[in-house]
Amino acid sequence: MICLIEKLKKEYLGRSIVTLLGIVIILVTLSITGFLFYKGLGTFVTYNHSVWEFLFSSDWKPADNFDGGGKVGAAIFIVGSLLISFLALLIATPFSIASAVFMTEISPILGKKLLQPAIGIFVGIPSVVYGWVGLTVLVPAIAHVFNLPYGFSVLAGGIVLALMIFPTITSVSVDAIENVDNGYKEASYALGTTRWQYIYKVMLPSATSGILTGVILGLARAFGEALAVAMVIGKMQTFPDNILSATNNMTAEIASDMGNSAQGGEFNDALWSMALLLLIISFIFILIMRIIAKKGEEVK
Amino acid sequence: MDKIKFDTKSLDLFYGDFQALKSINIKICENEVTAFIGPSGCGKSTFLRCLNRMNDLIDSVKMKGEIIFDDKDINGDIDVINLRTRVGMVFQKPNPFPMSIYENIAYGPKCQGLKDKTQLDTLVKESLTKAALWEEVKDRLNKSALGLSGGQQQRLCIARTIAMNPEVILMDEPTSALDPIATAKIEDLMSSLKKDYTIIIVTHSMQQAGRISDKTAFFLMGEIVEFDETPKIFTNPNDKRTEDYITGRFG
Repeated sequence: MICLIEKLKKEYLGRSIVTLLGIVIILVTLSITGFLFYKGLGTFVTYNHSVWEFLFSSDWKPADNFDGGGKVGAAIFIVGSLLISFLALLIATPFSIASAVFMTEISPILGKKLLQPAIGIFVGIPSVVYGWVGLTVLVPAIAHVFNLPYGFSVLAGGIVLALMIFPTITSVSVDAIENVDNGYKEASYALGTTRWQYIYKVMLPSATSGILTGVILGLARAFGEALAVAMVIGKMQTFPDNILSATNNMTAEIASDMGNSAQGGEFNDALWSMALLLLIISFIFILIMRIIAKKGEEVK
Repeated sequence: MDKIKFDTKSLDLFYGDFQALKSINIKICENEVTAFIGPSGCGKSTFLRCLNRMNDLIDSVKMKGEIIFDDKDINGDIDVINLRTRVGMVFQKPNPFPMSIYENIAYGPKCQGLKDKTQLDTLVKESLTKAALWEEVKDRLNKSALGLSGGQQQRLCIARTIAMNPEVILMDEPTSALDPIATAKIEDLMSSLKKDYTIIIVTHSMQQAGRISDKTAFFLMGEIVEFDETPKIFTNPNDKRTEDYITGRFG
């Protein structure tokens, strides 16, 4: 009997706990998703706005009451989010790939000793610190360099975000490069190619799907970041004329107005719709990553 | 006496503190197949990789002694890139690049600066023909090389090496990952390539060494115990240890 209990403990206790915790996580994810859909659809169901208006109109005057009748065009915020995230990607990706190549092929010793810890520190800095440094250093610097009245801008947001997503893209790229079959390297060197020829003709193409995964992960992170962007973007409700103009984005708008609007009112629901849109976009990113990863597997 | 291609003089090699090769002296002749045999870890692959400086890829390797390749010590101040275009290598595991069959062959010559499409086309066809692969792949040159069978992949790797027009081809257990039929094809290929190239092969299979090589070197614990004509090594070795290994008493 005791033996049986012992056996049950050994066999099932650990497994049950792990299974239970796993189920809890799945339930939490599902309920957050469900809740976001419930809240986010209010704009369209309760207040009868069209999805078209929400996505493509720039007229943003949601009524902060329960009667509705305001305007919920979120195009400025959506464009702002897209613009800043892609700008961040454009700035960060070359540095990330270069750093990854440096750490894996050019100078692994220096890379592992200096660059890797530095990247670890990058990850550990809280986003409010990035935002604050951006606000005190970057924003005045942009104003000074470009001779503007103030430096709050898409560019400032892009640079701050680039710093924040650089470590993500770099570390995923390093993994991707380290996963490249060492046989390719030997084969290439044995054919009398230079290190650089190997890197750009064989290694990087082989690591492309992994590097792309890193890029999309970085993009997803850039898209979701609120605080740091909110501090440097200027929160202007206009489309930016160029990357030096101030604008606003979804996360910054949610962060600044979520506490100022009545629960369940049109304004509040419109913010929830933006939150839902962020979730949907991150789902799309995950989907793209899966497809790329699968394509990468097929090539192998 | 045939022309000597590689003349190694008292070569020592260390991995950190571990001495993997001890005073290797061997003369390898042109247009012959030379086989290196011996138990695992005896240094035969390590020595093979000295001949095209592939050990440069490992940081902890230190070497002493000379390897004279056509009058020049390749451990001295030489152009490694040039050496590797003259001394090609085929590896144990077939390792075609994840590119098309055509691009696999064209890769090396392109890296050397060959751009002319017609010349490349001819080179690809010639190399594949020499490697006895042309008939099997001529209709799918633009398909991925990774879709080929293991034996085809290995012949592609040989074709890729031939495309560089090397003088020597080093083969590191080229058939150990292949089935008997694919192995037989590669062995046939080696005897036909001997006319144009000097071939040095590391093999675990004594039968293979017996079938294909002109001379055989027996390695043990980082030393060359015996080096002679293959029939001599297999029928009447001078050293007791060679005989023990050949007859399967250890290894």
